[in-house]
Amino acid sequence: MSAPLLEVRGLTKRFGGLTANEDVGFTLREGEIMGLIGPNGAGKTTVFNALAGFFPPTSGTILLDGAPVEGLPPEAIAARGVARTFQIVRIFRSMTVLENVMVGAMLRHRAVPKAAVVARETLDFTGLGRRAHDPAAQLTVAEQKRLELTRALATGPRLLLLDEVMAGLTASEVQEAVELVKRIRDRGIACVVVEHVMEGIMPIADRMVVLENGRKIAEGPPAAISVDPNVIRAYLGEGYLAPGP
Amino acid sequence: MTVELLLQTLLSGILFGLVYALVAIGLTLIFGVMDIVNFAHGEFLMFGMYAAFWAFALWGLDPIVTLPLTTLLLFAVGVAVYRLVIRRITDAPMLSQIFATFGLMIFFRGLAQYLWKPDFRSVDHTIVAGKVAFAGLQFGLPQVVAAGGAVLTTAAVWAFLRFTRLGAALEATAADKEAAALMGIDAQKMFALAWGIGAACAGVAGALLATYYPIFPEVGSTFILVAFVLVALGGFGSVVGAFWAGILVGIVEVMGGFLWDPAYKMVLVLSLYLIVVWFRPQGLMGKA
Repeated sequence: MSAPLLEVRGLTKRFGGLTANEDVGFTLREGEIMGLIGPNGAGKTTVFNALAGFFPPTSGTILLDGAPVEGLPPEAIAARGVARTFQIVRIFRSMTVLENVMVGAMLRHRAVPKAAVVARETLDFTGLGRRAHDPAAQLTVAEQKRLELTRALATGPRLLLLDEVMAGLTASEVQEAVELVKRIRDRGIACVVVEHVMEGIMPIADRMVVLENGRKIAEGPPAAISVDPNVIRAYLGEGYLAPGP
Repeated sequence: MTVELLLQTLLSGILFGLVYALVAIGLTLIFGVMDIVNFAHGEFLMFGMYAAFWAFALWGLDPIVTLPLTTLLLFAVGVAVYRLVIRRITDAPMLSQIFATFGLMIFFRGLAQYLWKPDFRSVDHTIVAGKVAFAGLQFGLPQVVAAGGAVLTTAAVWAFLRFTRLGAALEATAADKEAAALMGIDAQKMFALAWGIGAACAGVAGALLATYYPIFPEVGSTFILVAFVLVALGGFGSVVGAFWAGILVGIVEVMGGFLWDPAYKMVLVLSLYLIVVWFRPQGLMGKA
C-alpha cells in the first residue's frame, strides 16, 4: 500500500481564547473522496484554511506525500498540488470566465497560449465552455461556484478542497455537482468535501469525518456515520436519538 | 482667432496630456493592485528627471540615450520602496498608509533639496531639440518625442497586463490576492512588481520631460495633482481609463488657458473632475 497523499495529525488551531480545531487527525489516499461535515462553527473551514496555508496551525502536522507542509504560504501549497474553493465565491470579477481559469492554468503552464488551451479544456470538462468569453461577474451563483471549481482544477491539483460547493443550489444543480465531483475523482484527484447538503455528499464520499466544536467525533463510511449516535446528537440534540430497534 | 491656432493649441494639449497619462498609469497600477495611494509618485518622476539631468551634466549623455537606464533605475527604486516601507503597511489602516507615502513624499523632496539644491535645472541641449512642422502647425520636437514615448510606454504596459502571464497574475492579485495565492501567485512579488512598473513609468516620463521641462525638487507636485485627477477620472486601477483621461485633461487645460485665462486652467480641470465624479463616481472607464 502506498503512503497516504494527505496525513493530518494532531491539528490544533487557536484564535486567542477560541479553539477552532483541537487534535484533528485524518488521512486521505489518492483518488479518495472524504466528506468533512459538522454543525456550523465545528471548525471545518479552519481545517481548510490550515490545509491551504492561509494560516499556520497552532500545533500539529500536515503531511503531503509524507513531507510537512504546515506553515507554508498558500502559493507554495498550491504549487505542491493542493487547490481549494471558497464557501463564498471569490472569482476574479474583472476578468472573463476563460481568463479566470487561465490564471489557474498558468501555475503549471507558463506559456500563455498553452494556458489558454488547458483552461478551455478544463471549462469543457466542467461544462462551462459555452460561457468562456462572458465576464465572470455575469454568471449565475451556481455558475460562479462552478467557475471557481474549474479555476481550482486548472491549477492541476492532486488534492482538491471543496468548501460547500453545493450550498444554495437547486436539486438538479446538486445532482450535476455530484456527478462533477465523481468525474474529478475519476481523474485521480482526491477531494475533501465540506458540505451541509447531505444528499450531495453521502452518495459519493468514500469516508466521512465529523467535527463538532473543533474536535473529530466520528469517522467512517457514510452509511455508518448516518446512524452514529454521536453524530445524530451533534446535529439534532439528545432528544432525537432513536430509542433503539 | 484662426482655426490653425485652435488646432495648434488642441494638439499641444494632447501632447502634454499624454505625458500626464504616463505619470498617472503608474499611480493607477499601484492603486489597482494594492489599494494604496502613492503620494510619493510625483517624486518618482522627479528622480527620473534628476537621473536624466545628472547623466547629462556629469557625462554629457542625452536624456533620450539614458532613458532605458533611467527606467531600470526607477524600477529598482520602486521595488526598494516597496520592500523597505510599503511591505510593512500592506494590511495597516488606511491612515497609516497615507502617512507612510505622504511621509515618503516629504522625505524625497527634502533629500533632493539637500543633495541637489532647490535650484531650477535644465538640460540645455538635447538630440531632440528643434521643431517639427506639420500641416502648417509647429510643435517642439521634445514635446512630440515625449508624447510619442508616453504612448509607446502606455501601450507596452497595457500589452504586458493584457497578454502576459505576469500581467494576468498582477490582475488576479488586484482582484483578490488570497484567491490569487491559491493559484500559486506570490502576492509579495506582484506588489513589488507593481511598484517597480509604477515607478518605472514615472521614470520614463521624467526622462522624457527632462528634455524640455525645468528640473527641481518640487517638480512632482505639478504633476501629482493632475495624476490623481486622471486616476479618479479614468476609473481607479484602469490603465486605459487613465490614458484617455490624460488626453482629455490635457485638452481642457490648454483650451482653458487659451480661451479663458491661463491662471484658471486648473479650475477647469478640477471642475471637469467634479462633474465626472458627480455623475459617474466610478470614473470614465471604471466598473461600477
